[in-house]
Amino acid sequence: MEPAPRLDPAGALPLRLCVRRMPLPDAAAPAARVTLRLPSDITCVEEAVSLVTRHCLAGVPATTRVRFRLQVALAEALANAILRGNCEDCDKTVLVTAELFADTIRLSVTDEGPGFDPRTIPDAIRPERLEETCGRGLFLIRKLVDAVQFNERGNSICMTLRRR
Amino acid sequence: MGFSETKDASGVLVIRVEGQLIVGNRGELKELVQRALDAGERKLLLDFGATGYIDSSGLGALVSISKKVREEGGELRLAGLNDDLRSLFELTKLDTLFAIAETPAQALARF
Repeated sequence: MEPAPRLDPAGALPLRLCVRRMPLPDAAAPAARVTLRLPSDITCVEEAVSLVTRHCLAGVPATTRVRFRLQVALAEALANAILRGNCEDCDKTVLVTAELFADTIRLSVTDEGPGFDPRTIPDAIRPERLEETCGRGLFLIRKLVDAVQFNERGNSICMTLRRR
Repeated sequence: MGFSETKDASGVLVIRVEGQLIVGNRGELKELVQRALDAGERKLLLDFGATGYIDSSGLGALVSISKKVREEGGELRLAGLNDDLRSLFELTKLDTLFAIAETPAQALARF
């Protein structure tokens, strides 16, 4: 068996985007699934957000507010996955899956780390934390999307965003 | 995506954030501000009129920059935030930490 190709930490290799249009078993109408695998390199985040956002909103009227929330929530989840989940290990990747329904977008971001317990994350807006330089990512995600779920291991976040 | 610097006639260094301010480029902005402080700049305006989105790393970088500027006896103001960007500051209560003006001209008038 050949070893997996090593991902270039400088981002020289293109992100691997796979778009499949298929009916989802529990969907009321035909939907699409977009997957993207990216290296554990923070310089890839902007391009990944741009690619996934474009596919999530293609052909569907979207407000700037929905676009903004999608971009920020995805950027947050990717940063967490790369920095905290995969600890920027270039042998590990992050998988993004977007399931596109008529009214909602369901985004999952999964890393290869050990996972974490989201209940242990302190409240980001306590007055004594105002001048902290980190720790607002999960708080922002919860505020910007309509629903957030984690898998049991804590290495995969699923965010649901209504299109309107 | 990047940052452009201009010096206002009144001596304020205006840094325009073009594109996103996120995990991938927050360090660049922090370094830029540090160089400006090292060069003696004490009045800084960050203009977000051409900014798409900011993530929590970007917000964290702004908090860090705010502390640095304060430690050096300088003054930092933000301007040009659209409604979506401004909502990030309000959600995180950072609107209470920063001096935020609607437009760069309004911010410049307050230095």
